[in-house]
Amino acid sequence: MSSNALTANFKKFNYEKYASLIALVVLFIISSILSPYFLQVQNILNILRQVSYTGIIALGMTFVIISGGIDLSVGSVAAFVGAVGIIALNYFLPIVGNEYIAVTIGIVVALLMGSLAGALNGFMITRGKIAPFIVTLGTMAIFRSLSLFIGNAGEVRSDSNLFGNFGMNSVLFLPVPVFVMLVLAAVLSVMLNQTRYGRYLCAVGSNARVAAYSAVNVDRIKFLAYTLIGLTVGISATLLSSRFNAVSTSNMGMFFELDAIAAVIIGGTPMTGGRGTIWGTVIGAIILGVINNMLNMLGVSPYLQGTVKGIVIIGAVYIQRQRA
Amino acid sequence: MTDVLLKTEAIYKEFSGVPVLKGIDLEIVRGEVLGIIGENGAGKSTLMKILGGIYTPTSGQISFEGRPVTIREPSDAKKLGISLIPQEFNLVKDLTVYDNIFLGSEIRQRNGLLDKKTMMARTKSLLEELEVTIRPDERIDRLSAAEKQMVEISKAVAMDAKLLIMDEPTTVLTQYEIDILYRLMHRLKRQGVTIIYISHKLKEVKAICDRVMVLRDGEVICLEPIDKLSIYQMAERMVGRELSQIFPKKERAGTEPVLTVQNLTVPGVLENISFELNKGEILGLAGLVGAGRTEVAETIMGIRKHTAGEIILNGARLEIASPEDAVAAGISYLSEDRQGSGILTGFNVVDNITLVSLRAYCDYAIDLINSKRQRAAAQQHVERFNIKTQGLDTRLEFLSGGNQQKVSLAKSIDPQPIVLIADEPTRGVDVSAKQEIYRFIKSLADMGLSCLFISSEQEEIVGMCHRVLVMKEGRMMGVLSGDEISEAEIMFLATGVRETETLHE
Ligand SMILES: Nc1ncnc2c1ncn2[C@@H]1O[C@H](COP(=O)(O)OP(=O)(O)OP(=O)(O)O)[C@@H](O)[C@H]1O
Ligand SMILES: [Mg+2]
Repeated sequence: MSSNALTANFKKFNYEKYASLIALVVLFIISSILSPYFLQVQNILNILRQVSYTGIIALGMTFVIISGGIDLSVGSVAAFVGAVGIIALNYFLPIVGNEYIAVTIGIVVALLMGSLAGALNGFMITRGKIAPFIVTLGTMAIFRSLSLFIGNAGEVRSDSNLFGNFGMNSVLFLPVPVFVMLVLAAVLSVMLNQTRYGRYLCAVGSNARVAAYSAVNVDRIKFLAYTLIGLTVGISATLLSSRFNAVSTSNMGMFFELDAIAAVIIGGTPMTGGRGTIWGTVIGAIILGVINNMLNMLGVSPYLQGTVKGIVIIGAVYIQRQRA
Repeated sequence: MTDVLLKTEAIYKEFSGVPVLKGIDLEIVRGEVLGIIGENGAGKSTLMKILGGIYTPTSGQISFEGRPVTIREPSDAKKLGISLIPQEFNLVKDLTVYDNIFLGSEIRQRNGLLDKKTMMARTKSLLEELEVTIRPDERIDRLSAAEKQMVEISKAVAMDAKLLIMDEPTTVLTQYEIDILYRLMHRLKRQGVTIIYISHKLKEVKAICDRVMVLRDGEVICLEPIDKLSIYQMAERMVGRELSQIFPKKERAGTEPVLTVQNLTVPGVLENISFELNKGEILGLAGLVGAGRTEVAETIMGIRKHTAGEIILNGARLEIASPEDAVAAGISYLSEDRQGSGILTGFNVVDNITLVSLRAYCDYAIDLINSKRQRAAAQQHVERFNIKTQGLDTRLEFLSGGNQQKVSLAKSIDPQPIVLIADEPTRGVDVSAKQEIYRFIKSLADMGLSCLFISSEQEEIVGMCHRVLVMKEGRMMGVLSGDEISEAEIMFLATGVRETETLHE
């Protein structure tokens, strides 16, 4: 009987917590068999860099989904704040005459605008009591149109080479965006699992009424979650615009919301909210990247990659449902 | 020959290797009312969920009307004619009362559209029989716990079942509604319906059941005709040892007011409620379902907005806009609606118990949770209330109803409040745990805690309270103290009728 209990425990333990990690390992093994090039450091770093932009947003998305909400506006907000950041940079560069200061101003403006956009979503959702899906669908349209307007539907290019460089540097052998994603994940993971805010966030997503009766300020918790995802969008937009030293207002951030939500779900955070895992989301994002990379290397038409991604998302949710 | 409606043979049930039912053999005779009693976590609900198709047994055989059957899903049970009133409400909160009652068995018109008129009418007559004044098209989440319970009963009765299983249907009902329920049960019995009745209120079991089965740790301890066992014997069989005095002796309460409520008014709900709660006092709040007892609590907690009146705590006037403010001021609330507003079923035991008091377990500016301290505190509560759980990390959905209730109570006292508002604190807990809870609340009161004690069990109010405020339709009908406190006197104020006059026909 006790061995019975043990195996039952074993199954539960492994499956629940490490399902996405196991999936990633399996994917790694298959990929390295299929292509000898796969395991090369440069390729792995490339994959990580590619997923880091939406990966960073997915970290914020994890918080929002745990709270029981969703944010569809992330892609549009990314384009908007990316453009605004560069415009601020270009504006201040001749005024302050110091590239470092100007770049810093550009980055700060982008992060602030991102947080503000998130706060706006949060405000309408909590104070206005409008469903997150509706609010962020609305702001998705609004911010895309605003960014097209300020960039004339074209490119907003930065006048600073320094800005174009910093996102391409490496820290501890890792590309800057990857490093940022990992540091952010470490911080948010502690925040989610070991702080009062994280506990309240899960309580709100689990049952908002119980949370309210338990003296949790539900509106404040939700508001902060949307502000936080706004900040992650600001960070991602800065890194991405630095990569090209420009923002294409019509293309940047397209389908980011899908990739971010997919990473969260594949990582094992249930859509219903109430609990979730930050490192799971990182793994979810990497899984998506590895699949893309494999399909490229195998010469599969890029048009079909969306199909595979879709199947993976649906499959992940299906497995989750079996578990519950 | 007796006519056996349902028979179970050697029913075993394990949850991840832990046995909960250990070979249940049971014969239920057609037309009887069978009472099932047992401690919290004995396996009562699990057995009923097996009959209702919510769980499948690990092994064992069930036969219904002489034929072996497998009940894999609730719809199988429904087809057989088994209907279950679950311990926890199973209503869709965004739908109306009649939608819920006919969920899954909607009445249709000939053209295939829903026949709302007929469903409304049938709902209306069902509710009328239960003498509750709920509109059939009211939404579920606007109902009180007792009203939801009445809807659950109507829903089960609407199915015209052969076997009706009631898992603790009276935990939130007062004697008045319970009497109505009894009349309904008598009528069903006359029509040949068989009833399984689970309750921790042994007096009820004694009054309504023909036979009683005692379950302990997943085994049948005895199954006897009801007149063979006294209430006292039933309790002893349940816990497996002798029980002492249920209610602790009342000490004199302090005289300095701690909480003063003046002219509290919520339009259409409460009218001019005024009272003083003294230091170390247990003040009972009695009344029928719908009298406004829970509403008083919710208004003090800032969940409902009052248009007039004042709430004064230790001499200072409070502006309470939310439970957050109330808790910060030192007032704590134990909600009557366990799963609707009390506990988080997806959270584990520790995280539930420390949810309200979490701030006290946090260090540094970033509020890092000190999980060691938190677990130690939870462990204390688990031991004090004898909470039956596989571990501190077990999610609450895996605890029995009574044990969830104990967690809910622990959660409300962990912040060490000055005033505790306990709304049905012993809802669904067994006799020995009740005793523990009474002792505990009393010991807190002796140490200076003031308690507003809301209960639909008058015995409990009489046994525990220094004074009792009786309400009716949102108004105060009177305050009883000392020797005036008796069930008859409470009933008189709550209904406006002397008990001898009408209540028992
Ligand atoms: N889904 C589940 N998974 C694991 N354990 C469970 C599950 N459901 C119940 N249990 C365990 O089975 C035991 C019996 O639970 P059950 O709900 O049948 O008790 P009960 O007799 O109805 O108690 P109560 O009087 O408190 O309602 C409990 O110890 C409980 O922890
Ligand atoms: Mg039960």
